[in-house]
Amino acid sequence: MFLNSGNTVLIVFMAVFVAPLIGGLLMGIDRILSARLQGRIGPPILQPFYDMMKLMSKKPISGTKIQIICVFVYLVSMILSLVLLMTGQDLLVMVLVLAMGSIFFILGGFSVKSPYSNIGAQREILQVLAYEPLIIFYVVAIYLKTGSFMTFKVFELKDPLLYSMPLFVVALIIIMVIKLRKSPFDLSTSHHAHQELVKGITTELSGRHLAVIELVHMYEMALLMVLAMLLFATNLWIGLALGLFCLFATIVIDNITARLTWSDMLRFAWKIGVPITALNLAVIYYFSIIKK
Amino acid sequence: MSSFDTSNIKSPWILHYDTGSCNGCDIEVLACLTPLYDVERFGILNVGNPRHADILVITGAANKRSARVLRNLYEQMPDPKMVVAVGICAVSGGVLHNCYNVLGGVDKVIPVDVYVPGCAARPEAIIDGIVLALQKIPEKRKLLKSREAKTA
Repeated sequence: MFLNSGNTVLIVFMAVFVAPLIGGLLMGIDRILSARLQGRIGPPILQPFYDMMKLMSKKPISGTKIQIICVFVYLVSMILSLVLLMTGQDLLVMVLVLAMGSIFFILGGFSVKSPYSNIGAQREILQVLAYEPLIIFYVVAIYLKTGSFMTFKVFELKDPLLYSMPLFVVALIIIMVIKLRKSPFDLSTSHHAHQELVKGITTELSGRHLAVIELVHMYEMALLMVLAMLLFATNLWIGLALGLFCLFATIVIDNITARLTWSDMLRFAWKIGVPITALNLAVIYYFSIIKK
Repeated sequence: MSSFDTSNIKSPWILHYDTGSCNGCDIEVLACLTPLYDVERFGILNVGNPRHADILVITGAANKRSARVLRNLYEQMPDPKMVVAVGICAVSGGVLHNCYNVLGGVDKVIPVDVYVPGCAARPEAIIDGIVLALQKIPEKRKLLKSREAKTA
């Protein structure tokens, strides 16, 4: 279903041009919801797009050339991983491309002299370290169910993955909190009017280079939605509802918690996130052996 | 008005710097962010990083110590940038105008676009001042462009 050629062109078009629009709208909803939770009215829903247009119109004061290159590599790898995911390609390759983008973002943070940016980059490494095992386990669980790392195999299943991997909803929420840099784990940089280490890894970026980071966040949002949709691939609308539920949980967690230290984040992701997902993996494995 | 101008007006990020005020105006600036006034509905965010900021909000009279920091912050902000002096001390030096270390208003150090007098300036007045600064942004963008064309 996902691999016939006419469809593929359409899906690539959607991944590159429509996905950031949806991601931007989700970011707008995020800001309105956060404001409402704090008893405020909040900005218009198109605010992320206004922010991006404004940043594009500003004259950038660049840190180093290396960081600018790194930021663009980050963007390209994020788009590439979304395209890989949406065209039904290999999930492992998708995870590796995603990690490569993060690594370039971190290298960019290290390439400038600002100590805020450097500490932000170090914390970004720890964030990657915290959520990466969860994503890998997610991919492995999909492999155990479908017998392949290819995403399009998920759509050939009769039962949705959610029935056999319910605990991965919790894992997805943990991934979202860390990956979207929400409280309590907004360590490397922060959103809205929050401040941590001035602006962490993005401290030295300004103007259109910062706009690229905003654009990456839009793609990131869409990518996490698609990842959540895989859990209910038989009916993508329910899958989308599941993704929106995860996002809503993330926003609520963002607003009811205070920032924790990086060691708390690692402890939480490895002591709670990893055992939960490993338990689910073990159950899936047990049933697959019984079937044989 | 181009879409760039519209988005410039719809998304001003504010950097707040205290050159040595009594904290009266600072509290009023922060009061703008509370649910009662909620400036985020106009897209206004309080950022701590001059590289990301569009509007510099200054409270307090400029003195010999803070002048260097103020100039540094101003230079680190990307164009087009606006400066709003909040409170009578930032406008003219106020009661501190003849202190031995006070230079006077903030405009003795950097160019100021909007003056918001008051002791302390009310949150409504501060929001009015920022809205006034926003209206001047398209003008400033045009000015910057013509200046760039002259130097090129």
